[in-house]
Amino acid sequence: MAGSVPLTAAGTNPPIRSRRSKDSGVVKWSLVSAAVLVILWLIGLPLIVVLTEALKKGWHVYVQAISDPDALSALRLTLLVAAITVPLNTIFGVAAAWAITKFKFRGRQFLITLIDLPFAVSPVIGGLIYVLVYGAHGWFGPWLQEHDLKIIFALPGIILATLFVTFPFVARELIPLMEDQGQLEEEAAVTLGAKGFRIFWKVTLPNIKWGLLYGIILCNARAMGEFGAVSVVSGHIRGSTNTLPLHIEILYNEYQFSASFAVASLLLLLALVTLLLKSWFTRKIKN
Amino acid sequence: MSKVVKQSILVSLVLAMSVALAACGGDKENDKASANADADGDKGKSIQLLNVSYDPTRELYESYNKAFAVYWEKEKGQQVKIQQSHGGSGKQARAVIDGLEADVVTLALGYDIDSVQESGLINEGWQQKYDHNSSPYTSTIVFLVRKGNPKGIEDWDDLIKDGVEVITPNPQTSGGARWNYLAAWGYALHHNNNDEAKAQEFVKQLFEHVPVLDSGARGATTTFVERGLGDVLLAWENEAWLAVKELGPDKFDIVYPSESILAEPPVAVVDKIADKKGTHEVAEAYLEYLYSEEGQTIAAENYYRPTLDSVKTKFADQFPDIKLFTIDEVFGGWAEAQPKHFNDGGIFSQIYVPK
Repeated sequence: MAGSVPLTAAGTNPPIRSRRSKDSGVVKWSLVSAAVLVILWLIGLPLIVVLTEALKKGWHVYVQAISDPDALSALRLTLLVAAITVPLNTIFGVAAAWAITKFKFRGRQFLITLIDLPFAVSPVIGGLIYVLVYGAHGWFGPWLQEHDLKIIFALPGIILATLFVTFPFVARELIPLMEDQGQLEEEAAVTLGAKGFRIFWKVTLPNIKWGLLYGIILCNARAMGEFGAVSVVSGHIRGSTNTLPLHIEILYNEYQFSASFAVASLLLLLALVTLLLKSWFTRKIKN
Repeated sequence: MSKVVKQSILVSLVLAMSVALAACGGDKENDKASANADADGDKGKSIQLLNVSYDPTRELYESYNKAFAVYWEKEKGQQVKIQQSHGGSGKQARAVIDGLEADVVTLALGYDIDSVQESGLINEGWQQKYDHNSSPYTSTIVFLVRKGNPKGIEDWDDLIKDGVEVITPNPQTSGGARWNYLAAWGYALHHNNNDEAKAQEFVKQLFEHVPVLDSGARGATTTFVERGLGDVLLAWENEAWLAVKELGPDKFDIVYPSESILAEPPVAVVDKIADKKGTHEVAEAYLEYLYSEEGQTIAAENYYRPTLDSVKTKFADQFPDIKLFTIDEVFGGWAEAQPKHFNDGGIFSQIYVPK
């Protein structure tokens, strides 16, 4: 019997096995090539278009476009907005995810819905609500004017709108992750005498670092790229409240197509830098 | 017991974090806001103006701002930096009402400045403050057609011929589009013994030839020029010349109809804000200088029709003399035309059927 089994196996199985592996080979390669095609078509082609359009009129126009004072000011503003909103939303996101997943309380579901709100609401509405609240005729408008505080059509308004739009990214990455992990490890840490921040640094953070990193990357990408909400609250003052995406639209509308793609390539470069930073952090964490 | 302790630790931690954040977030915003205010007021001799304008004036004010800064420094020894904001005329008026701190507004039509005035920011009688209804330069509506004018479009009648596609933005959102609409209406009135019903029928037919309504003038130009849609673009005269200059005289021709509307884009100082910032004097000078020889020349160079006679003669070749009617003559001004034609329930919303 011990001898007959391999024999029958040898007699009948090989054709089956080879058909199966042939099948999976076809499936594998058609899937891979479909994915590659779609990526090339959806992402690769537009990237190439941006770069060729940007360089269409030569390096001279390209360099001039990205060293224009208005472009530089837009770049500074975009980086500043990202530098303020991303850390804030990282902390808000971690705090919110922690509160939601480690505690049971009334209104928990409601809080989750609230966090999701910016995903569901159009960014333009996101900008408009701040105009309605802080605008000259909004709820706090008269008070703000009395104290000569500018929120809308100035940096604080742009930061608020960006905070709103990018709020869910970190929290949404972390909530399912932390829900899965439960709170056993934190409880263990407490019984061993660890307190507050120590639990966070030694137990929670190492568990969530990948989700957190990914959330931060997404949050940053959106903060630098946001158009709709920022457009509503920016006031479009050149050299002052124009972010990079707004500046790109302005150049495009001024028939400066090459210049607008040149600045677009700058925004693209920022995205690439973000991805590089991510892989650098990944390696650092792994070591 | 230990669970209670743990929970209270975590809760207080979360609370502390959010309170601390709220506090420093708030501080940051206050600092920024007051820093902005300082920058506006206390820069010694330098002064800042914000000119909130509409879409097609970008190139005009880019040159004019430089010229005015030179003039003002020579005149008063004070450095002035002028910031620009551009967008659809109605949207820009809305932004000023909502708190965009413009020292001056230079918009596409009087109606938009009227609405800023109604919010209390501009004193009454702004339109009488400067010459020519406070419109230092004027413009009109012309046709931009493809090179060689293959569809033979010469006048408004030709726009409703079979197979002609017309590009114009949406009159409910775009100032320029309202001028387009009123120009067509005025032409039809004059050719039908002032019969309103026939004018309405003409404009209705015209909009049946419009394949897509963009929301703003620049969007419509891009649709015509870049996307290659349509046979004729109804455009500001300055917009048409700019498109020809920027995108090649070998691609487009400008056609002047037999008559059109005199578009008067007005200007005004936003009194409340200029008073608050202490910039009233320079803001007024900024608008007055638009009427000077240099200001008018810059306007003409950017294809706006000058109002100063000496500059008019100098640029006579550039601006063909066609019959121009004003909105006051034919429509009784914006205060009447706007609700009748463009508000919700107005004639435009009755005759336009989206495709």
